Amino acid sequence: MTLRTLFHLALLLALPPLLVGIVNRTKAIVAGRRGPPLLQAYFDLAKLLRKGAVYSRTTSWVFRAGPVLGLAAIASAGLLLSMGGAPSLVAFGGDFVLFAYLLGLARFVTALAALDTGSPFEGMGAAREVTFASLAEPAMFLCLLVLARATGSLSLTGMLGPALPGAWGHSAPALVLAAIGLFVVALAENSRIPVDDPNTHLELTMIHEVMVLDHGGPDLAFILYGASMKLFLFGAILSRLVFGHGEGALAAELLFLAGILAFAVGIGLVESSMARLRMIRVPQLLVGASVLSAFALVLLLR
Amino acid sequence: MPWLADLVFILVVVIDLFLLASSRLGAAIRTVAIQGALLGTLPLLLLEERHSLGHALVLAVGALAIKGLFIPWLMFRAIREASIRREMEPIVGFVPSMVLGGAGVALAFAFSGGLPIPNGAGHPYLVPAALSTVWCGLLLIVSRKKAVNQVLGFLVLENGVFVFGLLLSDFMPIMVEAGVLLDLFAAVFVMGIVMFHINREFSSLDTEKLSALRD
Repeated sequence: MTLRTLFHLALLLALPPLLVGIVNRTKAIVAGRRGPPLLQAYFDLAKLLRKGAVYSRTTSWVFRAGPVLGLAAIASAGLLLSMGGAPSLVAFGGDFVLFAYLLGLARFVTALAALDTGSPFEGMGAAREVTFASLAEPAMFLCLLVLARATGSLSLTGMLGPALPGAWGHSAPALVLAAIGLFVVALAENSRIPVDDPNTHLELTMIHEVMVLDHGGPDLAFILYGASMKLFLFGAILSRLVFGHGEGALAAELLFLAGILAFAVGIGLVESSMARLRMIRVPQLLVGASVLSAFALVLLLR
Repeated sequence: MPWLADLVFILVVVIDLFLLASSRLGAAIRTVAIQGALLGTLPLLLLEERHSLGHALVLAVGALAIKGLFIPWLMFRAIREASIRREMEPIVGFVPSMVLGGAGVALAFAFSGGLPIPNGAGHPYLVPAALSTVWCGLLLIVSRKKAVNQVLGFLVLENGVFVFGLLLSDFMPIMVEAGVLLDLFAAVFVMGIVMFHINREFSSLDTEKLSALRD
């Protein structure tokens, strides 16, 4: 394990809440407000961790295990992801499937915990979340397949590794399409605005936030931390995909961090400039992303 | 700059897919205008030594003026007078038509390499982009109920034919191309009048109502 891998591990653990702060700050600036401090998400997490948790008598161990398993699954997915072109901690052929399904596992346990409360409201949220996730999954796999085909590697370390800048030379159009598709998937997976509004608490339109209404204290902290880490993972893939041209380790790292920053600012801009889509239009957006990435794959296969 | 032509072809196909998914007529008209303007740049981007610059220039300016500016202006007038904004219930839904369009595009890109084109296929994306644009235009025509959208489908179809025609621009005299553009112009003009009459008769642009006509 090199120093660089350790640095990336530290980034994975420390940076995610800051990303949420940057998104919120961007939205505040565009709206003409000053907004919460950049580190607000850390303060929130610290506050929640000091609280006690309240559990309903109707819930079982599934409800308590949900947040822990969810955070663990997302963090393990982070171990598979190569950042800034350096090899990841764990890498093997086909690990992108494991990556996608670790994120899927996190969603599964969150949905189970929501169903375990017995509240019909949370069941509705779980149903919506799973429906949209099932549409986002093909798009995500198609994007990853484009990367695999363009770099000729089946592991995330190879797909986002040194072969990627070379792939821009011969298959730039496909990679641009895949990046757009992946950005839409990132918006949907992280329940950002065109799909879901992270701030709303209006019953009829909530998707992700519904499922976590009954969690409190440390459990909620785990869920929030896991969600921000998931945002960071998507930011890391897109940052490497779009800004992966640095020569040498230091330049690559700096570009990587700049890319993640740009990703957070981009999400903030999208959230400030778009309204939430009506629920029936969301599948259209996700199928559109799938079609775009399928088109990218066809461009590479011909 | 070969990558610039790549980019234009990809954008043309992405616009096809976007049109299949969009329900807002204003946005659709604007997108067709952008596609027309993009097509206008193609004769210049694909220019080689043996072609004459003047020919390409006339083709580019003609396409830009008619496809990018004039026809969109006519269409905007039509939807303003009929005061409709969106296609509500297409015959084939937005998601299925997008999937169908995507399948057509995939087939076009996968198999166009095997087509026997007599004088070379030109740019590698030219034939597939033309075929997918024709396919998406056809899909728009048959799957939408509003007359405005059907006209847009016809325009997209014609855009595909225009892309295909670029293959033959060595042989085609300028008068033929001017004639094609004029045809398109006349067709859209006539369709505008038809739309006006449908709208006045039924106070809607739904072409379904035409099938209920009796003597």
